[in-house]
Amino acid sequence: MNNLQTTQTPDHAAAHGPALRLAGVDHTHAGGQLALRGIDLAVAPGERVAIIGPSGAGKTTLLRLLATALKPASGEVELLGQRPWSLTAGARQRLRTRIGLIHQAPPLPPRQRVITAVLAGRLGQWSLAKSLLSLIYPLDRQGAADALGRLDLADKLYMRCDQLSGGQLQRVGIARMLYQGADLILADEPVSAMDPVLASHTLGLLNREAQRRNATLLASLHAVELALEHFPRIIGVRDGRILFDKPATEIGPGELAALYANEQLEHTPASAPAPRVQLNIPRC
Amino acid sequence: MLNPAPVPRDPAATSRLLLTLLAVVLLWPGLRLSELDLGVLVDGSNADTMGSFVSAFLPPEHGGEFLVLLWQATLETLAIATAGMTLALAIAIPSALLATRALSLSALSRGGRPAWWTHALRWPVRGLLIVLRSIPEILWALLFVRAVGLGPTAGVLAIAITYAGMLGKVYAEIFESVDPLPARALLGGGASRLQAFFYGVLPQATGEMLSYSVYRWECAIRASVVMGFVGAGGLGQQMDLSMRMFAGGEVASMLLTFLALVLLADLLSRLLRWRFA
Amino acid sequence: MRVLSRLLIPLGLLGAVVAAFAFLQLDSAALLSRDGLTQMAAYASGFMTPDLSASHLRAIAHGTLETLAMSAIGTLLAVLLGLLLALPAAGRFGLLAQAASRLLLNALRAIPELVWAALMVLAAGLGPNAGTLALALHTAGVLGRLFAEALENTPPHPADALRLAGSGRVAAFCYGTLPTLWPQLVAYTLYRWENNIRMASVLGFVGAGGLGQMLYMSLSLFQEAQASTVILAMLTMVLAVDSLSAWARQRWVRG
Repeated sequence: MNNLQTTQTPDHAAAHGPALRLAGVDHTHAGGQLALRGIDLAVAPGERVAIIGPSGAGKTTLLRLLATALKPASGEVELLGQRPWSLTAGARQRLRTRIGLIHQAPPLPPRQRVITAVLAGRLGQWSLAKSLLSLIYPLDRQGAADALGRLDLADKLYMRCDQLSGGQLQRVGIARMLYQGADLILADEPVSAMDPVLASHTLGLLNREAQRRNATLLASLHAVELALEHFPRIIGVRDGRILFDKPATEIGPGELAALYANEQLEHTPASAPAPRVQLNIPRC
Repeated sequence: MLNPAPVPRDPAATSRLLLTLLAVVLLWPGLRLSELDLGVLVDGSNADTMGSFVSAFLPPEHGGEFLVLLWQATLETLAIATAGMTLALAIAIPSALLATRALSLSALSRGGRPAWWTHALRWPVRGLLIVLRSIPEILWALLFVRAVGLGPTAGVLAIAITYAGMLGKVYAEIFESVDPLPARALLGGGASRLQAFFYGVLPQATGEMLSYSVYRWECAIRASVVMGFVGAGGLGQQMDLSMRMFAGGEVASMLLTFLALVLLADLLSRLLRWRFA
Repeated sequence: MRVLSRLLIPLGLLGAVVAAFAFLQLDSAALLSRDGLTQMAAYASGFMTPDLSASHLRAIAHGTLETLAMSAIGTLLAVLLGLLLALPAAGRFGLLAQAASRLLLNALRAIPELVWAALMVLAAGLGPNAGTLALALHTAGVLGRLFAEALENTPPHPADALRLAGSGRVAAFCYGTLPTLWPQLVAYTLYRWENNIRMASVLGFVGAGGLGQMLYMSLSLFQEAQASTVILAMLTMVLAVDSLSAWARQRWVRG
């Protein structure tokens, strides 16, 4: 069915079944609490979906499960036409090269340089020799510069990660995923450390990139306005269940109230703990 | 928006490539000089000899006669370490007193810093202590074995000299690191240097001194075993003999005894340090 | 009661010291007698005129390089082996592997380098190969334990994230864990290399090559003049390494 080696051309993505499909998926945390219950989800290739919901609802767990970081307690998982947990370890690693998870807190070693951090995106596609050589002398400077350039970070190419702000680090994480060239992009709070203007700009950029490659994009967001502004399809998650799955145009205050009920009591501001950045954003 | 400008060069590239080049250039002669050959560990004829030697490790030798020999050798090692430390202390304490600035009379009027010409005695003594401890004790052992013959005497002398250097230097520094006011007050009141030491410095310094000395005693035990390999008696000398005779079982017993000895010494030293410090 | 126990330990120590001297039956009388001292003085005088002939100095130069090579290659091997053992020892492969690797590391560490050298001479024959292997094995134990402790304090998230993007294990380790581990790795390795240069010159006493073996030979042949040159060379090398590493540490190691 799916040829893993095909490049991302617009024709390919069209009609090969859903990009991802979850059926009756449950997941339990190590402590025994039920994190996800009875998740049924299908996303077509090239679709762009936002996941919203109160804190602790299970958005991160859902994304991590889709990234094959977690194995479901029950239910079926199908990603890019394959069942990841029925594959051999090697085949699963190859599948993972096509799935790009953007972490909320970018997992970048502080002393690493930005260029190496970005190049690490293609480790799954490189031979070991090429990977090790690139550690000493970066082999694809142009590719890394292009990915960073899309996020206006081209001048940070040779800086160390611990010299960047929270928002800049998040964008480096996004650049790494762009360099990886994933078919399925999973973004966990990708703009939480950015100010509202930059956040909106970055989300727009992420959406355009996904459309350009015909990649499927799922992003979890705290800020509902950003979700409604950029994504055509919204999924509301609450207490580990999908509360609603509708086009953005059909979302009204009723749905949001049901989703965030009782959240006023422990309402947290939409941004994450990272410092805010004032930046020159080129208006496109 | 594509960036048509060329990507700037990696600023770290030159130094990294040079370092890598240097490493590669040095690696080859290094391998040749060290004659590294991991194959010997698995080589055919070697493997047979090694194999029979290692297989003889089990069971460790436990014949009656041998155990008596083992016991004697262990006691000898302990005795070498203890006697060596005692002699070392006999040299170290006076040297430390001479080398330390804590008992300086000239410092009284200079806010704690001795006059430069008073160092005429201190620096040579310090220098001597540093020289004594820089030469590895096993070298002393080798020389003493040639001078006074095989056996524990060489080991005792080697430890005495090297550890005198270590203990002396550290003691001198301990004396300087405690609160100087009591000693200075005594010196200022007309006490002799020794009196100022015993009443002003020693009470504060005892804990640290004992702690370090006990730790050094533990090292001395290990050093005694190692020195035995060049003929300075004790467990090490016996181990060397057994190895030359390819008596694997005996070597195994002695290694186990050595490990047990080191463990016990560690426990004892911790007990004493806890008790005294 | 407490007075008794406070007296007991110093008395015990005194007793131990007396017993030690008695056991050894050190013939201090003979040692410090006129004959004994003159004998030692005569032996020592042979060292006062070191042999500085060109051929001997060439041999010493070769011995020095051999000693340096032994220490460098031995330390390098130790880093590789230590890192390999540090991964299970830090618990990355489960409890059983952790216990087994820790046991192995402790065994490698506990046996002194010289004892390893004697064993390696039996296995590999005389020469620097035995010394290199001995240093590698002992230092692997020391470094492995230090690396394992450093690894335990290194977060696994970066490497895990890379694995999740399809990377192989080795590449994920190099890009995700190694950058954080690197400064400690280098610091410990340099510290042990410094120590190993000292040890490498001494291992030769049991036949493991380098300056030590030269010294042992000349002493056995009662060639004190040659021996004293070797001793001078050993001391110079140790002093040079000490000052070099002090300078390097001051220049490169920041907090």
